[in-house]
Amino acid sequence: MDAYLSLWETYGGQMLSTFWTNLQLTFWAAIASFLLGTLLALMRISPVPSLRWAGAAYVNIFRNTPLTIILTFGVLVLFGVFRVTLASDFNLNFFRIAIIGLTIYHAAFFCEAIRSGVNTVPLGQAEAARAIGLSFLPAARIVILPQAFRGAIAPIGNVLIALIKNSTVATAGSVAEISGTMKVMMEFRPDVGIPIFLTVAVFFVIVVLPVGMLTTYLSKKLAVAR
Amino acid sequence: MNATDTGRGAEAAGPVVRMEKVNKHYGPLHVLQDIELEVARGEVVVVLGPSGSGKSTLCRTINRLEPIDDGSIYIDGVKLPEEGKALARLRADVGMVFQSFNLFAHKSILENVTLGPIKVKGMKKAEADKLAMELLTRVGVANQKDKLPAQLSGGQQQRVAIARALAMRPKVMLFDEPTSALDPEMIQEVLDTMVGLAQEGMTMIVVTHEMGFARKAADRVVFMSDGAIVEQAAPQEFFTNPQSDRAKDFLGKLITH
Repeated sequence: MDAYLSLWETYGGQMLSTFWTNLQLTFWAAIASFLLGTLLALMRISPVPSLRWAGAAYVNIFRNTPLTIILTFGVLVLFGVFRVTLASDFNLNFFRIAIIGLTIYHAAFFCEAIRSGVNTVPLGQAEAARAIGLSFLPAARIVILPQAFRGAIAPIGNVLIALIKNSTVATAGSVAEISGTMKVMMEFRPDVGIPIFLTVAVFFVIVVLPVGMLTTYLSKKLAVAR
Repeated sequence: MNATDTGRGAEAAGPVVRMEKVNKHYGPLHVLQDIELEVARGEVVVVLGPSGSGKSTLCRTINRLEPIDDGSIYIDGVKLPEEGKALARLRADVGMVFQSFNLFAHKSILENVTLGPIKVKGMKKAEADKLAMELLTRVGVANQKDKLPAQLSGGQQQRVAIARALAMRPKVMLFDEPTSALDPEMIQEVLDTMVGLAQEGMTMIVVTHEMGFARKAADRVVFMSDGAIVEQAAPQEFFTNPQSDRAKDFLGKLITH
């Protein structure tokens, strides 16, 4: 017990601050990838074949690429080769590049989650919207997407949960986040190896559990009555 | 809204709907064959025919919910465009009532009716609310205005759907089997609403199995079979003296049941 307490004395602040980084990565990547995912879903249901094709191509490419590769690409190619600089501060630059990587990857999953929601909306809703004179975008915005989001809350929640946990992969993108801290702690404090793992796991459980419960609750509460 | 302005805009000469040599295939099935049809202003045309005769498809081609392979369709003299904004504009002039109502499930009854006028025609909300309440009163569901569609009976939902279509002040109303999904006791309330519309001079194309409505409200019956218009006549003449064998066969089956 004393050993575990001394671990907190040494690394407590670093654990909390790096986990805060995970939450920030998640927050910004969630907003950006949800927006991009919505755009991709719109492309995939649009009446324009080339847009549908582009949307499907995006999803199939990035959904099937390991996240580690995307984030490593950000550091080694975007920064290493092309010197992409999004912030003058070195660490902030990697942080932002990591957000882009997380966004690109998870947008593909958000797109598919939203599209599963679109499939819960009967075709007649779109026909009725077109019949009163709404063209594709207004019909999508006013009639289809509001119902689709409400039908997709559970799968959207799943993608969000995956994103929270996948923020640890940002280590591959040279971001100081919790799994990096964990590795350091393991190196210097192997005497409390298992407690270190459990502590980091509990951090995530504390954040993920409410997200899961909230999305389950909302998916029932907001379900569209038909 | 009074009897003379059921939504018909500038009165142009010529038919409200004209279909010329319209053909459509579903794979090998020739579902519409050289359809020629004109519907005059204020006319009520009832389309009859056995299941699978193409009558619903015909109705749905008129606002291009179903694209056609060749031929032309004109609404008030304007050719139906292929896609895009022009098509949306034309659709706003064609009211449609579906078999399965298709009310916007996440919107209140009032919002269902005001959505088109506000979003498509740019009407002010207060004005749209007033128009919607007039129409909801007319179809007898004004007291349900704040409910969601799923809270209403089928007959009430279909009457709201009629109000929603009327709110666009359409030049013509299409009814695609409007009573086929209704419980028997609710069919009459919807038919009464439609008869009222017909008497006010609305141009209507009605696909239905309700022979009573055809006799009572139709100016003309169009009989379809196997994707073609086989014969058309005034209802009295069609029901008492059908010319084609297929129409005789169709009517014979109705009477024996």
